[in-house]
Amino acid sequence: MRMYDLPDASGHFGQYGGVFVAETLIQALDELKAAYSRYGNDPEFLAEYAYELKHYVGRPSPVYHARRWSEHFGGAQVYLKREDLNHTGAHKINNVIGQALLARRMGKPRVIAETGAGMHGVAAATIAARFGMECVVYMGSEDIKRQAANVYRMKLLGASVVPVESGSKTLKDALNEAMRDWVTNVENTFYIIGTVAGPHPYPMMVRDFQCVIGREAREQMPELAGRQPDAILACVGGGSNAMGIFYPYIADEQVRLIGVEAAGYGLESGKHAATLCAGKPGVLHGNRTYLLQDENGQIIETHSISAGLDYPGVGPEHAWLKDSGRAEYVAVTDEEAVQAFHDLCRLEGIIPALESAHALAYAVKIAPRMKADQILLVNLSGRGDKDMHTAAEKSGIKF
Amino acid sequence: MSRIAATFDALKKQGRKALIPFMTAGDPEPGLAVPLMHALVEGGADVIELGVPFSDPMADGPVIQRSSERALKHGVSLKDVLGYVAEFRRTNRATPVVVFGYANPMEAMGRERFADAARAADADGVLVVDYPPEEAQRLVELLDARGLDTIFLLSPTTTDARLRQVAKLGRGYLYYVSLRGVTGAAHLDVADVTARMKHLREFTRLPVGVGFGIRDAATAQTVASVADAVVIGSRLVQEIETSGREQVLANVKGFLAGIRRAMDGAKKKEVAA
Repeated sequence: MRMYDLPDASGHFGQYGGVFVAETLIQALDELKAAYSRYGNDPEFLAEYAYELKHYVGRPSPVYHARRWSEHFGGAQVYLKREDLNHTGAHKINNVIGQALLARRMGKPRVIAETGAGMHGVAAATIAARFGMECVVYMGSEDIKRQAANVYRMKLLGASVVPVESGSKTLKDALNEAMRDWVTNVENTFYIIGTVAGPHPYPMMVRDFQCVIGREAREQMPELAGRQPDAILACVGGGSNAMGIFYPYIADEQVRLIGVEAAGYGLESGKHAATLCAGKPGVLHGNRTYLLQDENGQIIETHSISAGLDYPGVGPEHAWLKDSGRAEYVAVTDEEAVQAFHDLCRLEGIIPALESAHALAYAVKIAPRMKADQILLVNLSGRGDKDMHTAAEKSGIKF
Repeated sequence: MSRIAATFDALKKQGRKALIPFMTAGDPEPGLAVPLMHALVEGGADVIELGVPFSDPMADGPVIQRSSERALKHGVSLKDVLGYVAEFRRTNRATPVVVFGYANPMEAMGRERFADAARAADADGVLVVDYPPEEAQRLVELLDARGLDTIFLLSPTTTDARLRQVAKLGRGYLYYVSLRGVTGAAHLDVADVTARMKHLREFTRLPVGVGFGIRDAATAQTVASVADAVVIGSRLVQEIETSGREQVLANVKGFLAGIRRAMDGAKKKEVAA
């Protein structure tokens, strides 16, 4: 495989990615591109970033051999990259710290973010408190109802949470609204996008900030397991945790990369969020990528039990990895994810986020068909404390 | 000569400025799309920007987003919108129509199929909000080959290097977005617009329309004194939103006629001065 050097200078991953925004946003993106190319490789910036990751987030996150889980299901040995142990409980903080440091360098005292489940919003609110910045989080009013605890967390951290009432009142609409805020207040505002989507340079920048996950894993796996894994599994909504762990492995062609999407009630039901498995290429939120859309090009409402996967688009680099065949994309249903959620709780004493449970559920499907000396590495992108209500409700329990 | 160029030429000879209203096709209901287009012309429109409804209109404010949502409730598609253009053309062969929308509905149809269909409907121009010049090359080629104009946006933050690029790719007219922010946002700085117009003309001979923030006859009059065209979007869509079904055609026509009178008045004042 030739050296992997995407995106190109204009932000394209093959036919995907790019800058599909109104002229009014171009200058803001150019400014961001310039700042990121200035600081992205600046030793002082990187040292500060590394310091925050170590002392504030608690990195490196461990890799853990899930022995009881592996024994229970048979076949391949399953290892977990423990992003759930990060401060704020998920991988989101890795990216948010990077962007907040960049915002400081650019002299922007105000940060804004969109959020679906609230994890990215909480991470943004956290880092804004840490750096003394004003923080405004846009959140669909439907999501606000579903994620009351996270809304309170953001407020506790000093952020304002703005309910978004337009469209489907979920993540995609929050993203639209945050873009509108940004274009209006670009002088003093930095828009912290939470995933590897949006216009260039966001997909590249968020990937770069997240790929600390995969870089650590590359060092940890030989120490712990004696070698690199045969396959890496990660859940894919927008796709930031997956890009973070896949990216440093792209050139290792013997390592299978498997992205697991949310099949919701099942792909055939039409109620899912499996963009790469069931979508078509199009343009949304500033980039060309796979989208869940109707035959007229209108974006359709998605469904997943996990709010963090409930997004009708996906990062353009995943679209490219799919078409090029370097990564495989599959989907598991709500039911399968919830089962894996319970299994990990009981077998390993780890409560995973429902998002991450999708990757675990697919490991359950493939591990038994593999040999006992083969290795699966699952990115456990977040912890499940936020999902207590959803999980309990699913089991018919009310608090 | 394209219908758009001919329109601007004729206005120039009369010493008048173009009035370009925007409406979302199929708002408030599909049956009113073509009657509303005719009402705009009766109110004094020189060019019509016909909005294609989209589920995620990221560059628009709440007023235009709601108009999209109303049209989408009726399932209005890009194909329907081109159908309205064709129907409008049966009785109006003179007024240019610019199909105005976001990339995804057009890409879902296929860019080439879209270009063919727009030609067949006898539309005159296309403006894709989220196609900056960097991403628009292919569309411009397709539309050029069919005699349709590709209209581009300019903003207060567009650099000179980009102005050159837009001037090269743009056809028909250029649309200067006079405000930062989304459609329907607050106020317009007239002195700033005046200075920008002067600067823009160093890069292009295309007519320049100004939009965003034009909410009343007085602003329209001022803008008409410095620009080649006045674009009215959110304020007009608001008129459609707040009018009852019975009054909407008369209200739209009346509202636009007020703007028209003010703009033509500006021209007379200029001549008198």
